[in-house]
Amino acid sequence: MLELLLQTGVNAVYAASYMALIAVGLVLIFGVMGVINFAHGELYMLGAYAVFYFYVEQSLNFFLAVAIGMVFVGVVGLLMERALFRPLRDNPLGGLIASIGLLLCLQSAITLGFGVRSKNVNPPVQQALQLGIDGVSVPVQRLYVVIAAVLLLVALWLFLKRSRFGWALRATAQDAEAAALQGISLNQTSRIAMFIGAALAGVAGALTAPIVPTEPLMGHSVIVTAFIIIIVGGIGSLEGAVVAAVLYAFVHTFVTTFFDGTIADITGLLLMLLVLVIKPTGLFGTKERA
Amino acid sequence: MANKALLAFLIAAGAAFLIVLPHQLSFSQQEVLVFLVINVLVVASYRLLTLTGEWSLAHIVIVGVGAYASALFSKELGIWVPVSMLLGAAAAGLVAFVLSFPLFRMKGFYFLIGSFAAGEVIRLCWKKFRYPFGGPKGLKSIPGFPDITVGETTIAFWNAVSYYYLALIVVAIGLFFLYRIEKSRLGLTFHALHWQDKLAESVGVNAWRTRMTAFVSAAFFAGLAGALQAHYLTTINPTMFDVESMVYVLIWVIVGGTATFYGPILGVVILTVINEIVLRQLGFDQARPLFLGAILVLSILFLPQGLESLAGKVKGLWRRDAEAGKA
Repeated sequence: MLELLLQTGVNAVYAASYMALIAVGLVLIFGVMGVINFAHGELYMLGAYAVFYFYVEQSLNFFLAVAIGMVFVGVVGLLMERALFRPLRDNPLGGLIASIGLLLCLQSAITLGFGVRSKNVNPPVQQALQLGIDGVSVPVQRLYVVIAAVLLLVALWLFLKRSRFGWALRATAQDAEAAALQGISLNQTSRIAMFIGAALAGVAGALTAPIVPTEPLMGHSVIVTAFIIIIVGGIGSLEGAVVAAVLYAFVHTFVTTFFDGTIADITGLLLMLLVLVIKPTGLFGTKERA
Repeated sequence: MANKALLAFLIAAGAAFLIVLPHQLSFSQQEVLVFLVINVLVVASYRLLTLTGEWSLAHIVIVGVGAYASALFSKELGIWVPVSMLLGAAAAGLVAFVLSFPLFRMKGFYFLIGSFAAGEVIRLCWKKFRYPFGGPKGLKSIPGFPDITVGETTIAFWNAVSYYYLALIVVAIGLFFLYRIEKSRLGLTFHALHWQDKLAESVGVNAWRTRMTAFVSAAFFAGLAGALQAHYLTTINPTMFDVESMVYVLIWVIVGGTATFYGPILGVVILTVINEIVLRQLGFDQARPLFLGAILVLSILFLPQGLESLAGKVKGLWRRDAEAGKA
């Protein structure tokens, strides 16, 4: 029993790390641009397909493929900012609706390019790491995801707290108009936020491509999870997103292990509804936007 | 006087067109036509809700509630199908009533995402509980609409054309009521809540109750549409009411435009014709979501008020030309 609990805990840590990467990107985009990016799950999907293309089809090194995938998805994010979100800055639900349209386009384009069937990506390392106690282990591939998530999130935190660009981003998130009056270019901060947010989703998809089935609709469940996390954590709060990702991952993984996946999904959604009813600003949110 | 005659002529011509239409189509197009008519009720009822300014992502699940309830009433309890359809619609209204307690504490984006969560919980329950909802495979062999015998002739409703006429009548009645609600005092209150909710409350409008009324009446007609679907297909499953179907409803409504009663209807008709007939005939079957997504993106970028605003724009141009001509 103890083994099962520990093993489930280890699995939850893995789930928490890739969900945190996705949710933090979503929150960053929302905070700076005020746009709910419905296509965020598709950015995750693009990351996974980038790995499939470069690692499996072009047989590049796995980590090189992940890096290419991360930059590629970041560039897709830049294009989205320029083509969709910038022209729709004054339209409150416009960005959201445009991203729903883009979501369909991306899913359909990938289906046309790679087929509707799920792709098999063999992990570069097959073995699992034994963790002291008998029967508790973590596949190395999952360990990569955890390490990457911690490194990237710490790097993002340092960037936001220490660099001038980071200050500009946080100022825009607090009050875009006031930030613009101080000479901060909203176009510039939007570009940076969109690139980072998209790249984080891309790297999450790239690293999990060998673990989950890589298919055109894989972003679907991810975006639902990400919404639950950002609502529970408090929309617009990066710290909240990380804490909520951990909380959600533990609840979801344990309920999945001891009951089943559908009940776990229902639990997650009910958790979000509860937060929305009792404290719509979430655990860490301070302000209401959108 | 001339206007009235013209209107009567247009209505008669429209009715004649709708009556003749299915006989000019292939069998698969007739099937599409049945769903198109049902979807008109789905989008028109959705618009009633958007009048109060709230966008729900649970609407298609509410359609599903009507479908499931009507199917179960007729199949498990043996209730006569026309009655069970009304009961299904009422069940959808009841579910909406219960949902409005948590949901209308939220507004804007929070309402959007809260309604999504609530709808998804309902849908996952259908998937989870094999009894009575049939689990992931859904319900099968739902009784069809009973045959009607008038003298010598029997009208059988498994046939797409007769079901089309049935759906047309039900949807026309639904549209009539939706239109009357919108033009009533209540409908004006919906508009008031959308544009000036604080002001409306200050003159004595109960915001929660009004929003609830909009939600419940929209749900009733959505449920009716669901019941029409269930007894035509005779099989329903949870996947029919997932978020992807909701995205299609959003596309129809947004591309059509929500400012007028006919906007969403225009959207669903034009997009269905493009999607089912033009693209399928041209052999772009797989790329159809790509086209729809692109249409949505382009319309929000360049035509944010929807297709129906085109009419106004054309009229504006024409008037400007006319004035230029006078000067």
